[in-house]
Amino acid sequence: MINFNLFVLPFSLGLLYLILKIGKDWYKWITTLSPVDKVKFTSGIRNPIQILISLKEVFFEVLIHRKMWKRNPLLGYMHMSFALGWFLLIVLGNIESRFYSGTHLNAPYYPIFLKFFIHDKLVIFFEVYAVPRFFRFIMDLLLLYILSGLLLAFLKRKKSKWFGMKQVTRYQLTDHVALTTLWLIFPMRLLAESFTAGYYGSGGGFMTQPLGNFLTWIVPLPTDLVAYTMWWGYSLVLGIFFVTLPYSRYMHIPTEVLLIFFRNFGIKPKKWYSGYSDTEVHSCSRCGVCLDICQMNLAGIHDSQAVYFIRDVRDKYVSEQISRKCLVCGRCQEVCPVGIHSDSLRLIKRRELSSGQDADYSFVSVSTVRTAEVVYFSGCMSHLTPSIIRSMKGIMEVAGVSYLHLDENRSICCGRPLMLAGKDRQAHDLVEFNKKLIRDARAGILVTSCPICYRVFKEEYNLPIRIQHHAQFLLELVRSGKIPLQSMHRRIIYHDPCDLGRGSHVYEAPRELLGKFSDLLISKEEKNNALCCGGSLGMFEADHQQRDLMTNGALDSLLTFGPEILATSCPLCKKTFGKMNRVPVKDLAELVFESIPDGRIRSASGSVSVPFHPELSSEAESI
Amino acid sequence: MNKSTIVVGGGIAGMTAAGELSRLGVEVTLVEQEQISGGHAACWDRLFPTRRPAEEVISFLREQTDSKVNTFSGRPVTEILHHESMFTATLSDGTILRGESLVLATGYDLFDASRKEEYGYGIYDNVITSAELEGWFKNHQPVRTKNGRIPSRVAFIHCVGSRDEKVGNLYCSKVCCITGVKQAIEVKEALPACDVYSFYMDLRMFDRNFEELYFEAQKNYGINFIRGRLSECSENEDHTLVVKTEDTLTGKPMKMIVDLVVLLVGFVPRSQNTQMLLKLKLITGNDGFLQPEDEHNGDNLTRIPGLFITGAVKGPVTIANAVADARATALQVYSFLHSNR
Ligand SMILES: Cc1cc2nc3c(=O)[nH]c(=O)nc-3n(C[C@H](O)[C@H](O)[C@H](O)COP(=O)(O)OP(=O)(O)OC[C@H]3O[C@@H](n4cnc5c(N)ncnc54)[C@H](O)[C@@H]3O)c2cc1C
Ligand code: SF4
Ligand code: SF4
Ligand code: SF4
Repeated sequence: MINFNLFVLPFSLGLLYLILKIGKDWYKWITTLSPVDKVKFTSGIRNPIQILISLKEVFFEVLIHRKMWKRNPLLGYMHMSFALGWFLLIVLGNIESRFYSGTHLNAPYYPIFLKFFIHDKLVIFFEVYAVPRFFRFIMDLLLLYILSGLLLAFLKRKKSKWFGMKQVTRYQLTDHVALTTLWLIFPMRLLAESFTAGYYGSGGGFMTQPLGNFLTWIVPLPTDLVAYTMWWGYSLVLGIFFVTLPYSRYMHIPTEVLLIFFRNFGIKPKKWYSGYSDTEVHSCSRCGVCLDICQMNLAGIHDSQAVYFIRDVRDKYVSEQISRKCLVCGRCQEVCPVGIHSDSLRLIKRRELSSGQDADYSFVSVSTVRTAEVVYFSGCMSHLTPSIIRSMKGIMEVAGVSYLHLDENRSICCGRPLMLAGKDRQAHDLVEFNKKLIRDARAGILVTSCPICYRVFKEEYNLPIRIQHHAQFLLELVRSGKIPLQSMHRRIIYHDPCDLGRGSHVYEAPRELLGKFSDLLISKEEKNNALCCGGSLGMFEADHQQRDLMTNGALDSLLTFGPEILATSCPLCKKTFGKMNRVPVKDLAELVFESIPDGRIRSASGSVSVPFHPELSSEAESI
Repeated sequence: MNKSTIVVGGGIAGMTAAGELSRLGVEVTLVEQEQISGGHAACWDRLFPTRRPAEEVISFLREQTDSKVNTFSGRPVTEILHHESMFTATLSDGTILRGESLVLATGYDLFDASRKEEYGYGIYDNVITSAELEGWFKNHQPVRTKNGRIPSRVAFIHCVGSRDEKVGNLYCSKVCCITGVKQAIEVKEALPACDVYSFYMDLRMFDRNFEELYFEAQKNYGINFIRGRLSECSENEDHTLVVKTEDTLTGKPMKMIVDLVVLLVGFVPRSQNTQMLLKLKLITGNDGFLQPEDEHNGDNLTRIPGLFITGAVKGPVTIANAVADARATALQVYSFLHSNR
């Protein structure tokens, strides 16, 4: 029995090409991991437990599409029908084919085109009729399942709103070719199998047999020829799909598997582009989930959302402008079903592309220092909102905390704005300078009023002391009874600053603190879903009007339930929202300070603050 | 009711328009929400550039209006309706006024300096606005710091709330530069030992005798004009202030310790009337001030025939310009009332 026909060639060659291509890419990505990550990979691959955990995740994310289900059931069903349906079709098809061929080593095409080869056979396995019937039934069922998903996929392009999406991704040519062939695969299979079953009058399942009989009856052409053409067509679309897959968004299917393994082996995004970045970039399915939630839409920016930026990175033509056109707010990262760190990728590209004149900060140096219990670093941004600083000082005086205001007279930047611009080398000078200042103060806690500083202190400074944002610090003071508060009976809404919320996962402390003295409202979009105020230092490509549009959008959402005060814990958010003049905007520190009974403030004015004036070598000119 | 008009707002513009119209024989009703007429100008001491007392201008206008026009004071207009070519203005106490035409002369608001928080207004003791300083002069209050010391250094800060994208106001308020020059001279006259500094982006001495006053300020009074925008202010323990700017002529960051900071606040649209004007569907520019029908040949007209706008309700103006504008408006109203509508 020769189970071969010329039409299997497009499929077989396409598959061979695909396997070689994926093999080559995976090899490249694994070998270009950072040295540490390579070690993690080699030890992970030898650890059966990690492999099992990864496989479980592959099952849930790549086949079941659990995250998609959570987003929108229709979307989940659609993805699952393709992934799980096709997977089962292949696996069960393989098992089925073994019964017929009686061997374990079939050519890869054999199970795929099984119905072409075994149509006329009536094999009775182990004398049990049920087995072939079972397979015929189940294979038809799976095909139907996939076809129902296909219908949904088609609808999604037309009626994306049903899937909870306003916008769909704009695709490239390869995406269109791959999409068209992918969509054709299963109808072609249906037709090929049906015509064959119809021609022979047997071999089909509950769907293909009646459909085949009907088609044979209705199509006035030689059925065997039509069926044969359909098998060619089926093989061709499969072949074309496999060849275009590595150049289209569908590359995400194999790549996501590798990504899941990487992650379970403890590999994380790095500061520089590596094999891990490549893997993330190729794992983007261009599902477009990150489109609607991006606030740049409000500013009329539609070319720089995560999906487009990642596409550009993958195609190696990302421009400096696109890399800098983003709030780096991290909202897209929160919703991405693949968990792609688009913010880190954005910063990597900024580092690579950063150009132009660079300021040199190596001049900063310091001499005199004193010590205290708490070092307070207000941050440059808080110098533009002096009432935050004043409130913090007032509170610490009431609480009897001995503190050192590190940047009282001169603000040395924490370095994050430079990092957001991709200028890490220049930021390094500032980091070193501040580190020395902070270490020399020999305090137990570093408290900052600025989430931007907070995040960079935590992530980049490697300090040997506790680091707190004032939300956490004030909460501790209140809990330990060091600051008495009286209720202010005001309806307050809290805005999560990007760097404190999504950036540092501090969500509860500010809420608990506010709850102690005010009526805290719940907002529509909060915590990891909170909107960016629009003032982000990470955005370099939006003008004031575009920023205002984003700010007003965020305010619309925050003011839905009519708060009397908008509270935040970031001087930049405060300024950005304050500009719009739509609601009083206050920092947590200000609100806490206002809630301290008057008497307590006056009685505490035997200040315990330690005046501190670091002498900078670059003395600004004074007159 | 024959050939009648309602003038809303008894500032310079409203009083001028009302006076002129009554001289032309129109039956005028003037509504001013404050007890005292004169609008913002009633808070000013002496006017730039000649330093003539503001009171003189206002008394002239009061003579033109008092006892000649029907005046309602102490109550704002809260609603204006236009129906079958009649205007109805409702006052807060329920009084309803009717007229065949209506002039909106509701003026402007001062920029709320606390919105520019980095300058410390409302937070530090010795940061005041130009309007407050004008009040000190008017009440013959000496120029002192909060705790009564004679300041030895005073800094004037230009463009507070104007020409500043960060607060959303791109426009120039026109009169603060010359107000700053005038007030700097007045401070120097009152306190000859005091050093007076002015921080500006550029000085807009656009009108007659303005440049001359600026020249005099430098030559005769030794006022120091420094080109640089204030970035922030901070307060020392002794309540003196550190002003931080960049000198944009020399390119160096600069710090200076001063005893008193005067913020030259600009004009913003009057917020109290926003809803009322919104209902009339009047058009505003990007700056939020009312937009006339035709900036050249109909700059007192609106989309509603018989409804006129005049003075600072259209954006920053000097008193001289407000007067000229209001006179032109009066003529427009007059010819409207006498036309075959
Ligand atoms: C600090 C400072 C100093 C200045 N110094 C000078 C100077 O020296 N020389 C000079 O030429 N210009 C000066 N100006 C400019 C001057 O103040 C304006 O040109 C002038 O006030 C404009 O007059 P107006 O009538 O258009 O507006 P306004 O003065 O604002 O008058 C509007 C009036 O309408 C009333 N009103 C508003 N809404 C209602 C309502 N709904 N119902 C009833 N009444 C209402 C208000 O109460 C107010 O009285 C100065 C401005 C500033 C900010
Ligand atoms: S980045 Fe994530 S959410 Fe956006 S299209 Fe790619 S996979 Fe989807
Ligand atoms: S980080 Fe924010 S602004 Fe940037 S693409 Fe994602 S959602 Fe849009
Ligand atoms: S008049 Fe002078 S101070 Fe006022 S906004 Fe214009 S430039 Fe600035």
